[in-house]
Amino acid sequence: MAKKIPQINASSMADISFLLLIFFLVTTSMDVNQGLARRLPAPIPPDQKVEDTDINKRNLMVVKINSANQLMVQGQLMDIRQLKEEAKRFILNTNDESYFPKLYEEDFGAPFGTVKYTKEHVISVQNDVDTQYQVYLNVQNELVAAYNEIREECARKYFHVGYNELDEDNQKRIQKIYPQKISEAEPKNYGGK
Amino acid sequence: MAKIRRNEKREMPALNTSSLPDIIFMLLFFFMSVTSMKEVTYKVQFTNPQATELTKLEKKSLVRYIYVGTPTAEFRKQYGAETRIQLDDAFADKSEIGDFIINERSAMNEQDQGLMTVSIKADKETRMGVISDIKQELRRAYALKISYAATQRTSY
Repeated sequence: MAKKIPQINASSMADISFLLLIFFLVTTSMDVNQGLARRLPAPIPPDQKVEDTDINKRNLMVVKINSANQLMVQGQLMDIRQLKEEAKRFILNTNDESYFPKLYEEDFGAPFGTVKYTKEHVISVQNDVDTQYQVYLNVQNELVAAYNEIREECARKYFHVGYNELDEDNQKRIQKIYPQKISEAEPKNYGGK
Repeated sequence: MAKIRRNEKREMPALNTSSLPDIIFMLLFFFMSVTSMKEVTYKVQFTNPQATELTKLEKKSLVRYIYVGTPTAEFRKQYGAETRIQLDDAFADKSEIGDFIINERSAMNEQDQGLMTVSIKADKETRMGVISDIKQELRRAYALKISYAATQRTSY
């Protein structure tokens, strides 16, 4: 006669797993770690003086944020909502305006061919000590968005797919045409030591 | 002829709960995979700013965090309500950031050291003076890959 194996009482299993579940719910946070990725410039050696690199005025877009969180672009007060379009106009300079960066023609190979692009443009962000972090991030965000949109348009034009669907190689090639050139001023100590 | 049974005792059949643990385990694994463990206990409180052009931080082992905000209620008596920096589990001065980064980096694999990302988790009300100081310290420590932690903005 086969011995009957007594069944293990598994009714508490549910309780145990509930306990585990609740433990994990309490100790974890739902928010995924995401953020605006930026790259800082390399430090200047202490023995080297800060040089004001001479940038042609038309190649430079100055975005200033004051302590009252107001935005000044190229010497004019601007709303944050207009910044992205203004930055795109500046970077692309489609109509070859004399007050926007100089256009260069360069052959980037198939499928790009000869592309007119503003090689020397720089967007400079300057902020006050009292600027609010959110406002500063908004500005950075809009500028990054301008570049992302330009790259997206470029990908759609030449590859007929979105930028994110391209492989890394082609993304790099687009990045080469439209590199992010957001410079941040060295913090200056006004009236300090 | 149909007989109407009336007085028969009808017991409610016991619900079979043997699959309940499986369901709960499934939930458990779901939560384990979508959430992340809290890195530290926060001594500063902060609300992330909002942005749209976000990228996910890929490898957690390569990310170090700097928290910036006002001390939480229990520490307010001791440290005041000024914006403070938290590294790991303790309040820190901005001059300690450099050492912190160098220590953390030397603890990493050699091939990972260049890929270290510093995530700045700062309150949206923070003044830029503090952030600029942190950025300068990070530059000096050659931690150039940074990420401003933010949440997705849905509308203006």
